[in-house]
Amino acid sequence: MTLVAELLISFLLVVGGIFILVGSWGLAKLPSLMTRLHGPTKATTLGVGSCLIASMIYFPVFGGTYSAHELLITLFLFLTAPVSANMIAKAHIHRQGRGIDPNPSDNISDGLPSPPGTSDWATFAGAGKTVAAEQDETGGARSADEVGGE
Amino acid sequence: MIRRLFPHPVLSATLGVVWMLLVNQFTFGALFLAVVFGLLVPLVTSRFWPDRPTLRFGPAMLGYLAIVLFDIIVANFQVAWLIVTRRNRDLRSQWLVIPLDLRSPEAITALAGTISLTPGTVSSDISSCGRALLVHAIDVADPEAEIARIKQRYEARLMKVFA
Repeated sequence: MTLVAELLISFLLVVGGIFILVGSWGLAKLPSLMTRLHGPTKATTLGVGSCLIASMIYFPVFGGTYSAHELLITLFLFLTAPVSANMIAKAHIHRQGRGIDPNPSDNISDGLPSPPGTSDWATFAGAGKTVAAEQDETGGARSADEVGGE
Repeated sequence: MIRRLFPHPVLSATLGVVWMLLVNQFTFGALFLAVVFGLLVPLVTSRFWPDRPTLRFGPAMLGYLAIVLFDIIVANFQVAWLIVTRRNRDLRSQWLVIPLDLRSPEAITALAGTISLTPGTVSSDISSCGRALLVHAIDVADPEAEIARIKQRYEARLMKVFA
């Protein structure tokens, strides 16, 4: 029984390690912020997940205690990963749209696809302008100082 | 009367269970606190949940959770494979606009979260009228087919879960 558990735990830890390694490699290798976001929101979920399952097997078999914290970690991970990805994406859209970011990427400065109907994306709702409209007005990119001084 | 005492039974149950899991030990003191939190927090926060949709528990919800869990595992393998094998310039990453049939904010949040966790897509924004999602896809050959897939695989199922 303990041998089976040991095998299972080591298998899960190795698989988890591989996924976390690939996720981090993606973070270094992929070309732009939006593509990099795919690494941490996905490849690592399974990595952390299998480490947590390994921990859930280890404690009852070898530690003599049960632990439910792993389930909560999974729950909070699934709740927080999309939200933080969403906030990072929005910040990126604004930085690209205003030309603050020195490296244009993800085709944002060429204009995002606009939603059907007359409304704009919610992140521009406060400003009341699209990326394209803003650029027409300012004649292209603005420097960071100008924006910071507003 | 019962409605006013328990404005949000699902939230009550969730809070109680999460509290018990956090304590990680079954004691009656902890159970008492879990019940107190389960009763008080929904009462205090009930004004933050106007017009919330009712969740339908049953095969539709279980089916949805199973499909999402399965897709998360598949997504991990797909994205890991893309990262390792695909050259950067061969990535066909692009923006998708997904028109929404869902209307309640809770259901749209669930859909956006699902999209972020599943194969090669991250939801980035919602239109200010709430009728379309902006989604970034890492590698898509046919945008129309991908939009249709997301709509029928997740959105259609969520429509049945959120009554």
